[in-house]
This record gives sequence, C-alpha cells and structure tokens, in this order.
Amino acid sequence: MIGMISYLAFFSTMAAIFAIAVLGLNLHWGYTGLFNGGVVAFFGAGAYGTMILGGRADATVLGGFGLPFLVALAGGVVLAGMLAWIVGLLTVRLRHDYLAISTFGVAIAFESLTRNAEWLTGGARGLRGFPRPFEAAVGNNFVYGLLFLAFVLLVLVLVYIGLERLVRSPFGRALRAIREDETAARSLGKNPTRLRLTSFVIGSMIMGVAGGLYVSFYAFVSPQDLAPILTFQIWAMLIVGGAGNNRGAILGAFLIWAAWTASGFLLARHAPVAMQIYTGSIQYILIGSVIVGMLLWRPQGLLPERLETSAGPDRTRPAGTNTTATTNKGVT
Amino acid sequence: MTAGPILSTRGLTRDFGAFRAVDSVTLDFGRGRMTGLIGPNGAGKTTLFNMIAGELPPTAGQVLLDGQDVTGLRPDALFARGLARTFQIPRPFRRMTVLENVMLVPSAQTGETVLGALFRRRSMAAEQRRMRDKAMDILEFMTLDRLADQPAGKVSGGQMKLLELARALMGDPTIILLDEPAAGVNPSLTRILVERIEELNRRGTSFVIIEHDMDFVMRHCDPVIALAEGRVVFQGTGEEARSNPVLLDAYLGSPA
Ligand SMILES: Nc1ncnc2c1ncn2[C@@H]1O[C@H](COP(=O)(O)OP(=O)(O)O)[C@@H](O)[C@H]1O
Ligand SMILES: [Mg+2]
Repeated sequence: MIGMISYLAFFSTMAAIFAIAVLGLNLHWGYTGLFNGGVVAFFGAGAYGTMILGGRADATVLGGFGLPFLVALAGGVVLAGMLAWIVGLLTVRLRHDYLAISTFGVAIAFESLTRNAEWLTGGARGLRGFPRPFEAAVGNNFVYGLLFLAFVLLVLVLVYIGLERLVRSPFGRALRAIREDETAARSLGKNPTRLRLTSFVIGSMIMGVAGGLYVSFYAFVSPQDLAPILTFQIWAMLIVGGAGNNRGAILGAFLIWAAWTASGFLLARHAPVAMQIYTGSIQYILIGSVIVGMLLWRPQGLLPERLETSAGPDRTRPAGTNTTATTNKGVT
Repeated sequence: MTAGPILSTRGLTRDFGAFRAVDSVTLDFGRGRMTGLIGPNGAGKTTLFNMIAGELPPTAGQVLLDGQDVTGLRPDALFARGLARTFQIPRPFRRMTVLENVMLVPSAQTGETVLGALFRRRSMAAEQRRMRDKAMDILEFMTLDRLADQPAGKVSGGQMKLLELARALMGDPTIILLDEPAAGVNPSLTRILVERIEELNRRGTSFVIIEHDMDFVMRHCDPVIALAEGRVVFQGTGEEARSNPVLLDAYLGSPA
C-alpha cells in the first residue's frame, strides 16, 4: 500500500515537473507562435544552475556552493532566463522552422558544454549530491516524498495562475496577435520583437523552474538528462493536451508521462528479452507516432484553445454587469 | 497642428532587384483631404503605401509626416504618430474575436507589460472597461457590433475590410491609408464603408485611398493622383481625371 502511494507520488512529482515545462512551452508556441526546438537547453540551464548553486561542495568542480534551496532554484531560473535572452536577441527575428533549427542547435551546444566543461559541470559523470530541502526536518523518506510532491504541485499551481493572468491580459492579447499576424500587429502599433523576446525569456524561465525542481528531486544531473528526447516529450505533451490552453498543457503532461511510464513498464515486463534492449527506441517511435497522429487527427489537442469572448470567464467587467458588452452611444 | 500637407513624399523610390517599382515619387497629401490614388495593377501603389507606412525601406527618398522626416521609422512608431493603414488583402487576427482585434490596438496599456498584467490588476481592469466601451462604439459605428464575439477569421471578406478600418480607428489616427477598401466587398457593405469614410473625413481625418472603381474615386476623392509604372502621371480633380487623355491611355487603356 505504502509502496503504491509512494510510487504514485513519484509519478505525480515527475508529471508535475514536466507540466511546468510544458506550460513554459505553451507560452512560446501556444500563445506566441515561437517554435522552440531546444526546450532541453533552458530546462538544463535551470537544472545545472540550481545544482551548481545549491549542490554539495565537491572538490573536483567549481560549484557546490550549498546555497539555500530557494536561492539556488531562483539562480537556476535566472540562468535559464539569461540564456534565453541571449539566444532570443540572436534568433528572435527568425520564425518557425528557422527558429526551431537554431534553438535545437542551442540545445545540442548546451549539452555539449555540460559534457566538456568538467571544471563546472563534472563532465559526463555529472553533478551529484543536493541537500534536499527540509529533509532533515522530516526524516521519513515516505513522508518526504509526499511533501516534495506538495511543493511541486504548489509551484505548478502558482505558475499556472501567473500564466493565466498573463495570457488573458492585454499582454497575452498582444502575444496572440503577433502569433496570428505579425505584420498586422506591427502596423497597429505593437512591437513584435520586444513581445517575442519577453515571451521567449519568460517561457524559458518557467522551463528553468522545471529543471531546477528536477535536479533537486533526483539530487543528480548529467548530460544524459539533456537528451533531445526530452524536448520531444514536452512537445508531445503540449500537442496532445492542446496548444493555447494551459489546462490542456497540464493534462497532456500527465497523460504522456503516464503513457511513457506504462509503455516502459509493459515492454520490460512482457516483451521478449531480445527486444528489451530496444525499449528506449520503441518508446521513441511511440512518442513520434503520438505527435504525428495527433497532428493528423486532432491538431487542436484534447483541450483546444478557447476564444476570449466577452461573455466568457470575464475579468474586465465586475460580476453582475451586462456581459454582452453592447453600448448604445454613437461615436459622434 | 501646423498648416501645410499632412503627409509628403520626396523622390520616393523602390527597386526590387533591377526592377523599379516606384520611381522618384514626390507628392503632398493635403490635410483633411480624401486623396484618391489610382493606377493599373502593378503601378506601384501598394509599394508606395508600404514605404510610407514603414513596412518597406525605400531605396531612395523621404517620407514627411506633419513636416517631420519619418523615413525609416518602423510601422509601430508611425502608427503611434497617427498614421494608420489597412491592407489590400485583409489581415485579421483570425483566432481572436472581432472585439479583441480592436481592443488590442491602444498602445501602452497597463496590462501590456508583464508586471502590469500581474500586479496592477485593478487599474488594468478599469482601463480595459473603458477600452471595451470605446471599441464597442467603434464596432457599432462600423456595423460590426453584433459580431463582437465572433472569431475574426470567420466573418465575411467585406466585414474583414470594415474590421481593418475599425482597428485603425481605435488608434485615433490623423491620416489613414486605405488599400482598395471596396475591392471584393458587396454593394451594401461598400455603401456603409463609404458613408463611414466620408463621416470620418468630415470630422477631420485625412485619407489616402487606393481604389480601382473610377466612379468611386471621381465621386468622393479630391484630389486624384494616378501612378503608372511607378511614376506619377497625373494629379488633379476627379473631373480632370475623367477627361485626361494621358490617364485614359495609361489607366483605362485605349478608349472604347
Ligand atoms: N516584394 C516584392 N518583390 C518583388 N517585386 C515586387 C514586390 N512587391 C511588389 N513587387 C512588384 O512591384 C510592382 C508594383 O506592385 P504593387 O505596388 O503591388 O502594385 P499595385 O498595388 O499598384 O497593383 C509589381 O510589378 C510587383 O510585382
Ligand atoms: Mg496593390
């Protein structure tokens, strides 16, 4: 029983961490139309940043400053934001496939950096040892797992609320406008370059939050955590859940992570031994098929984007006033 | 407000490779006027608009808005200075409502920055209420109010043209460049469009209108300017345009 709950807590913690990253990608792609093909770079910047600042001291690398957890996490997020800002300045004029290719390249370069800058990142063997927040106070591993899950869920809720406020504000409206038609938005006084850059940095910082939580959960990070498959998984989660819908993004994260976990489990359990060495590759194929299938049959995702109508969940008129928003004054 | 033309071009030229689409165009657009811009397809009218509105950098020449050199300014900066334009092929924000298309426009909204959107929610909400009222007034003026909550990509082509003008109006422009506003619009919507343009013009907004319908241009525009092969070939009143042999030759083809 405890084993089951403990496994569910583990599963939910991972899914919630991915959900945060998917929310970041949703700001990029769902609301701004930015094709970020290098999610893992910003996730990784948050992960390594948090680890270097908050990890245990280690004589072989520069980092391991052992800073308090929240400070380290904030530092990782800032690092992800700075990386996004630099990448954004260089690429934000690029659109769609060009942006996708350059961000994909950034992710490869980042992974290669973590593999080679041994003095900072520990190279291929990675960084190990992260004083888990509040662990001493709790002691019990099982309770600790639940507590960490609660913390991750809290962060997920906060990120969700913050993003919902953003995307339903005039800022979000401007982002959607440049997603729909950048030329028209510019001719109506909007500055697409600045809006795209802002969206890119904020979304990437959210990916950094996910990365920071991920390493504090595992107390370990290595270049293998930054494989391109993570970018594809996060994309699959967004496409399945529904781009342009933050609830969809979260739903997609839980569904795809469940499918991923279950497929790994089933393959390990029931596939012939000869096939088991290909488990990873089979899962790659599965995730690719899910993306392609979804794009073919339900490109809007399970929870499609909803129009911001004036009769909908209305935050600009106080409750009780007429929501059809017609006036009978003329312009004159 | 100074006297003198509201908008001028000085030797405005644009090459596409070896092809000169607009050739040294020097024009003054009168304040409060409704200037008609005519010319056959490919004459360079849209290219001229694109240069004036900052969408396309000129190869040579200048654009003066209210006497000030604005050459090289971006479209958003020009819009902020009171110059609005619409597109020959409408460019609605398709997956946004008609109302959102209009409410988007005012610049420097409180909720348009990240910090404003997150932390100044009261003043943002109050401001949005005012903007919504203004946007609804404009939509009503353009007879689009009943479509306010429709996705802009789903309204008819004619309604999209009306929406283009509605969006421009939300920025309180002093001059509006209209690129073939009536092309492909059914007669009843065209009538609404023309009435509204005249009404706005009476209230002081200057217009430059590219239009193929000669009747429309003769009836409503003064002066009329004709371009052909990138050059100004005629300037005068509508009446003069009708009887001008050069124009008949360049624009209407050989007289029937
Ligand atoms: N971006 C472009 N690249 C190359 N040629 C162009 C471009 N835009 C316009 N042209 C050419 O310039 C000429 C003028 O086009 P345009 O200004 O659209 O004419 P009009 O609006 O008067 O019909 C046309 O021959 C057109 O093919
Ligand atoms: Mg044209």
